[in-house]
Amino acid sequence: MFAYLVKRVFQAIAVMLVISLIGFAIQGNLGDPLRELVGQSVSEEVRQELRDDLGLNDPFLVQYWRFLGNALQGDLGTSYFFKEPAVDVILKKLPATLELVFGATLIIVGLSVPLGVYTAIKPNSWISRAIMAISIIGISIPVFLTAILMIYLFSVELGWAPSFGRGETVHVIGYWDTNFLTVDGWAHIIMPSIALSSIMLPMFIRLIRAEMMEVLQSEYVRFAKAKGIAPWRIYFVHALKNTLLPVITVGGVQIGTMVAYTILTETVFSWPGMGSMFLEAVNRVDTPLIVAYLIVVGFIFVVTNTIVDLIYGLVNPTVKLARLGA
Amino acid sequence: MSLLSVRDLTVKFSNRGQSVTALNGISFDIARGERVGVVGESGAGKSITGFAMMNLLSRPGYIDGGQVLFEGKDVLKMSAREQRSLRGNRMAMIFQDPMVTLNPVLTIGQQMVETLRAHRKLSHEEARQIATVKLKEVYIPSPEARLDQYPHELSGGMRQRIVIAMALLLDPQLIIADEPTTALDVTIQADIMELLLEMCRSNMVGLMLITHDLGVVSQVTERTLVMYAGRIIEAGKTRSIINDPQHPYTQGLINALPQQTPPGSRLKQIPGSMPSLNAMPSGCPFHPRCPLANDLCRTTMPKVVQYADVEVACHEVQRLQSDLTSEAAQ
Repeated sequence: MFAYLVKRVFQAIAVMLVISLIGFAIQGNLGDPLRELVGQSVSEEVRQELRDDLGLNDPFLVQYWRFLGNALQGDLGTSYFFKEPAVDVILKKLPATLELVFGATLIIVGLSVPLGVYTAIKPNSWISRAIMAISIIGISIPVFLTAILMIYLFSVELGWAPSFGRGETVHVIGYWDTNFLTVDGWAHIIMPSIALSSIMLPMFIRLIRAEMMEVLQSEYVRFAKAKGIAPWRIYFVHALKNTLLPVITVGGVQIGTMVAYTILTETVFSWPGMGSMFLEAVNRVDTPLIVAYLIVVGFIFVVTNTIVDLIYGLVNPTVKLARLGA
Repeated sequence: MSLLSVRDLTVKFSNRGQSVTALNGISFDIARGERVGVVGESGAGKSITGFAMMNLLSRPGYIDGGQVLFEGKDVLKMSAREQRSLRGNRMAMIFQDPMVTLNPVLTIGQQMVETLRAHRKLSHEEARQIATVKLKEVYIPSPEARLDQYPHELSGGMRQRIVIAMALLLDPQLIIADEPTTALDVTIQADIMELLLEMCRSNMVGLMLITHDLGVVSQVTERTLVMYAGRIIEAGKTRSIINDPQHPYTQGLINALPQQTPPGSRLKQIPGSMPSLNAMPSGCPFHPRCPLANDLCRTTMPKVVQYADVEVACHEVQRLQSDLTSEAAQ
């Protein structure tokens, strides 16, 4: 187990190095930092002096090494617009985004398993057919369109839920304010969460259904029937556990992907998270903030994937973690 | 009363509104503690018979008629709950490939305990005790430790022993074994077969052994059914069928055994192959491959007649029989 853990951590570090290299390469080629800092009314000589002072004339690798050293100490540069460390700007926005992803994950986990299992067990019932039809529609419509349609229907026409912002939040600790402790907070997070889950949820229903149907055809399910095991136990003990193994792996990747999907959802719902912050940063050519965002999202992605892989190893008895690490 | 009577069992497979007949009204009996072999080429309907007796056919197969009387009661007419209380309890099944019959994510213990507790009111501990005893009976070393292992940690032979132990858990009246050694290493096939025979003998359990290995049939079973294209074409005492087969197909099967051919010469195989279900020939389904086929065989399905110790469905045998009776009359 320990050896496997170490191996996974090294893989994660390698991925982070590649991400940081790409991020740094973008920083060097996107706009001129001098223009952002001093504007146009400064002479070329002063500019060159500033360049030397800032180390912008050093060789690429020297600059990258310095960037990496700073990054390890939590310094990803200073936002041109906010005039404060980019990491701080992101950390302030991070809780809002993570709560949104968490809300969407709750919806996905809570609905995809029962619906996927049901459509696999009763593939020909009209309810199953309806679920499958709706799920195709969900996958086909882009997130931003789903979000706009929801706002039109539930906020404008019916007035059931607010259309923008986080509403009333409760301070927890540090930068973390939560939506989940007030009724108003729940009212605000519900529509963005549904919109964010609108593509992943149907995908997971279909994935679980397909896996479950395959497992139900297997010899060990037939053998369980020949042993006289009750149907509920065959479905939820014999079949579901085997169904969820591949789903866990896909799920880990998708949670990471969802962090990226928040850019669209947050923009439509004016959700004050790091997704909408990123779009603003792009508009302002706030290069350090853009790079910091890429690295933080990459980090979240790598961490969730590593954790999911470790969980998979614990859940699946045929993966011997100790042996894999050796 | 026999333990099990199958009467006119017909199984069909549906495919896009069309249906083909896989099992054509077969009938046979198994007495208490009797060991019956079912032989035939692949596609003869042997496994389908086994699964149909448990009413466990998977789609698109379905039972189109007939009865499966277990201790006088028709299994096919029972409620789902009654059928379940029969399966694994009175009638157990052993599958072909032990690598895929056990659930990979449940321990051996979990899979044995759940079987016991599905049929009897037992505590988890009591069920484990019984499971340990059964594992010991099938010569599993350190059975206690095996209960906490997963299937992938055990060899194929070991797994099949465990499957046999699972079949014996509730002291069933009948075990249906569907080619229980086909997927195993040749060196352990004999061990497993011997174990199965020993278990059936010592517990007075009826056995329906589905196989295409005539050698195994002659060692293990008392009676044999020979199947061809969804019908039983010859049935009788195993000794009679092996030593004096009447149906040309059975004769062909026995002649094809390697022991029947001197070393170095070609094996005497039956020409042609089993007809597919949707291209069944008219008359006797074996006639295109039969050396004795005549016009009658091509048009009419032969009836089952009693001849020289066996029941057989063949026009040629019927002709011999009527010759004999007419001679006797003269």
